[in-house]
Amino acid sequence: MKKRLKIALVGNPNSGKSSLFNALTGLHQKVGNFPGVTVDKKTGILPLGNHTTAELIDLPGTYSLYPRSEDERVTFNVLMDAENPAHPDLVVIVADATNLRRHLLFITQIIDLGLPALLVLNKIDMAEKRGIEQNTADLARLLGVPVVATNARSSAGIDQLKTTMAEMGARVSIPFYQPNDEVKPVLEAISEISGEKPGYRSFIYLCNHDHLDKLLPAQHAKIDQFIGEYQINIQQLQARETVERYQQIAGLLTQIERKAKQPEDHRSEKIDKILLHPVWGYGIFLGILFVMFQAIFAWASWPMDWIESLFNSLGTLVSGLLPDNLLADLLVNGVIPGLGGVVVFVPQIVLLFFFLALLEETGYMARVSFLMDQLMRKFGLNGKSIVPLIGGYACAVPSIMATRTINSWKERILTIMVLPLMSCSARLPVYTLLIGLSVPDDRVLGLFNLQGLILMAFYLLGFFAAIGVALIMKWFIRERSSSFFLLEMPAYQLPRWGNIGLTLIDRAKTFVFGAGKVILAVSMLLWALSSYGPGDRFEQLQATYETQLAGGADPLELENQLERDKLAASYAGSLGKFIEPAIAPLGFDWKIGISIITSFAAREVFVGTMATIYSLGAADFEETTLRQKMMSDVNPRTGQPVYTLATTFSLLVFYAFAMQCMSTLAITYRETRSWKWPALQFVYMTGLAYLGSLLIYTLLK
Amino acid sequence: MKLSQLKSGDEAQIRSLGNHPVANKLLEMGCLPGERLKVRRIAPFGDPMAIQILGYELALRRDEAEAIEVELLPKSPFL
Repeated sequence: MKKRLKIALVGNPNSGKSSLFNALTGLHQKVGNFPGVTVDKKTGILPLGNHTTAELIDLPGTYSLYPRSEDERVTFNVLMDAENPAHPDLVVIVADATNLRRHLLFITQIIDLGLPALLVLNKIDMAEKRGIEQNTADLARLLGVPVVATNARSSAGIDQLKTTMAEMGARVSIPFYQPNDEVKPVLEAISEISGEKPGYRSFIYLCNHDHLDKLLPAQHAKIDQFIGEYQINIQQLQARETVERYQQIAGLLTQIERKAKQPEDHRSEKIDKILLHPVWGYGIFLGILFVMFQAIFAWASWPMDWIESLFNSLGTLVSGLLPDNLLADLLVNGVIPGLGGVVVFVPQIVLLFFFLALLEETGYMARVSFLMDQLMRKFGLNGKSIVPLIGGYACAVPSIMATRTINSWKERILTIMVLPLMSCSARLPVYTLLIGLSVPDDRVLGLFNLQGLILMAFYLLGFFAAIGVALIMKWFIRERSSSFFLLEMPAYQLPRWGNIGLTLIDRAKTFVFGAGKVILAVSMLLWALSSYGPGDRFEQLQATYETQLAGGADPLELENQLERDKLAASYAGSLGKFIEPAIAPLGFDWKIGISIITSFAAREVFVGTMATIYSLGAADFEETTLRQKMMSDVNPRTGQPVYTLATTFSLLVFYAFAMQCMSTLAITYRETRSWKWPALQFVYMTGLAYLGSLLIYTLLK
Repeated sequence: MKLSQLKSGDEAQIRSLGNHPVANKLLEMGCLPGERLKVRRIAPFGDPMAIQILGYELALRRDEAEAIEVELLPKSPFL
C-alpha cells in the first residue's frame, strides 16, 4: 500500500523556499486556504520512490517561532499543534547558505520542537561564489538532522533531497538550546497541564501561549496564572533565548563554516546607488509604473476584446441551437455574459501580476517600499501600497489581490478599502460619454484639449479621494499587531521565469474560482431583474408589438422600441422609478436610476443600458448617436433638457466615487474573508458618491 | 548614541536595545548587543534607513532605530 507522508516546507522569507517548492512539485500544486484565515495554503504532490507519495505544504515564511503576522501565526500553529490538519510528519527547513547565521535561529528553534526535521542549505552556488564553505556532514552531526545542499534555481541537489526525504524515518533530533534552570519549576507546572515535556515546547507555551490556538481558555488562564506566580517576564525570557541562541550559533559556525577573505559582492550596492537615488530612484520608479499602467490599459484590451467577442458569438451560437424558451434565455443572456464577465478580467490580472512578480522576484519591490514608506505612512498606508494603488487605475480586482505583499494588516486593509476610488478603466467609457455630452471640444491656451483636461481631473480626483479617505479611515481601523517596518533587502537577482509562470496560473485560478462565483450569481440576478417585470406588462408589450408589426411598422425600429419598453417595465425599471425620489436631488431621473442599478454588474454597462433606454439597437449603435439622443432628451415636467451641465457633472462625480462593481466587492470578500469589509466599502463609497453629487448638483444648478 | 542619529556610511557597534515593542523582533533580525553594523543608506525623505548587519541588509524605520543604542566606530575599509 502507498504511504501518504505529510511534509512541510518552512524557512525565512527570501530563503528560496518557494523556488524549492516549485522545483519539487512543478505544476502539481494547488492553492487553498488555511481554515478561518486569509493566508494561502500551497500544497503539492511529490512522489518519493515507489512506495511513498508525499503531500508537500509550503508554510508561510517566518523568522522565528514568535509570530508577528497572520501568516507567521499559521506556521506557528501548524508546527505546534499535532491535531492541526496540516501538521507535518516531516519538517523540511530551508535556509540560505549565504547567511546561515541568521537562518540558524529559526532552524534550531524548529529542531528544539522535537519534530522530525531535515535541513536544506539552499543557494549553495551563491555561497560558493562568495567564498563561503560549509561542512554539511559536521553540521548534520552537530544539529542531529540530515543536511542536504541544493540550488533550487538549477535543481542541483533536488534528487538527493528527495532520496533523503524518502529514507528518513521518524527520527527525532537532539535539543540545541536548553531553557535556563531558573524557569524549570514553571516549565514543569506547564508540562502538567499541557502534557508536553518540560523542555523547549513548554518554554514556547510559556512565552507564546497567546498565539497558540489549540489551548482552551482555562489553559490560557492557567498559564497566565503561572506567569504571575513565578514572576516571569516573558519579554525578557524571549530576548534571552534569542541572544543565547545566537551565541551558541556563533560557536557552532566556527566549527563548520569557513569564509574566504574575498572582496564582497558589491553588485547590489551599485544597483542601489541608481535605483534608490533621491532623483533617479523616483524617476525610474515612475517610469516602471508608466510601463505597467500602459500595458494593463492598452495591451490587455486586445485579449479582452477577443474574450468579449468570443462570449458574444458563443451566445449567438447557443441561442441559434436552442429553442426560444426560458432556459435558453437564461443561458444566453444570464450565464454566458456572466461567465464572460469573469473571464474578461483574466488578461488584466495576468499582466499586473506578471509585473508584480517580476518586481518581487528581482528584489526591486523591497526597494519600492523603502522609497515610498515615509510618504505613504502619512496616510496610514505602507510603502508597498503604492503599486496596487496605481494598479487601481487599470482595475481594482487584480490590484486588491496584489495587496497581499503588505505585511501589516491595518495598512493592507486601508489599501484595499480606498483602492476602488482610483478611476479604473471601466469608468473610462462612462467618462468619455458624459464629458462628450457636456464639455465643448475646445482648446485651452491653444494647446490642451478641454475634454482631456476634465478627464484628467477626474483621474486625479480618484487619487486624492483615495488618500484622503485613507487619512480619515486610519483613525477608525483597529491595529491587530504593532505596526513595524523591518524589511530584509534581498540581493538583486535575475527573475526565475518558471516561478513567475506558476504565480500567474495561481492568481488567475484564485480569481476565477474565488470571486467568479459571486460575479456569476450577481450577473444572473441582474439578468432576471431586467428581463422580468411585475404583472403581465411584458405580455401586453409583446401583444402591442405584434399588432404594430402586423400593421407594417419598421421591424428594426420596433424591436428597439420593444427592448426599451421592456426594460422600463422590468423589475430593474421599477426599481429605477422606485429610487427616483432618492436620486432626484442629485439631478437624476428614473432612466439614470436604471443605469445605476444595471451598472452594478460593471460600470461600463451604463453605456449599454443608456443605449437600450434610448432605443438604440446593438446593431446600429454609435456613441455619437447616443450622445445626440441624450442631449435632446427633455424632462416632461420642466420642459428643460435632462442632461444639463449640473446633472452630467453630478453623474460624473457619482461614477467616480460610487461602489458599482460586484467583482471588486467579491474580491474584497475573498481577500479579507469577511463580508464586513465589502459592506463597508459599499456603504462609504456610495455615501461619498451621493454627497459629492449632491454638492456638485447644488452648486451648478 | 542612537542608531537613528547615524549618517549614511557610518559604522557602529550595538551596545544595547531599549524598551520598544519590537525590541525582541530586532534581536531576532540580528541586531544583537556587540554586533557591528554599517548604515548603508537613508531613504530620500530621511526615513526609513537600511543597515548592513549579520551579513545582510535590513531596512527599518527611524522609530525602530531609536531603540538601538550604538557606539560609533572609526571608519574601516571592512564590513
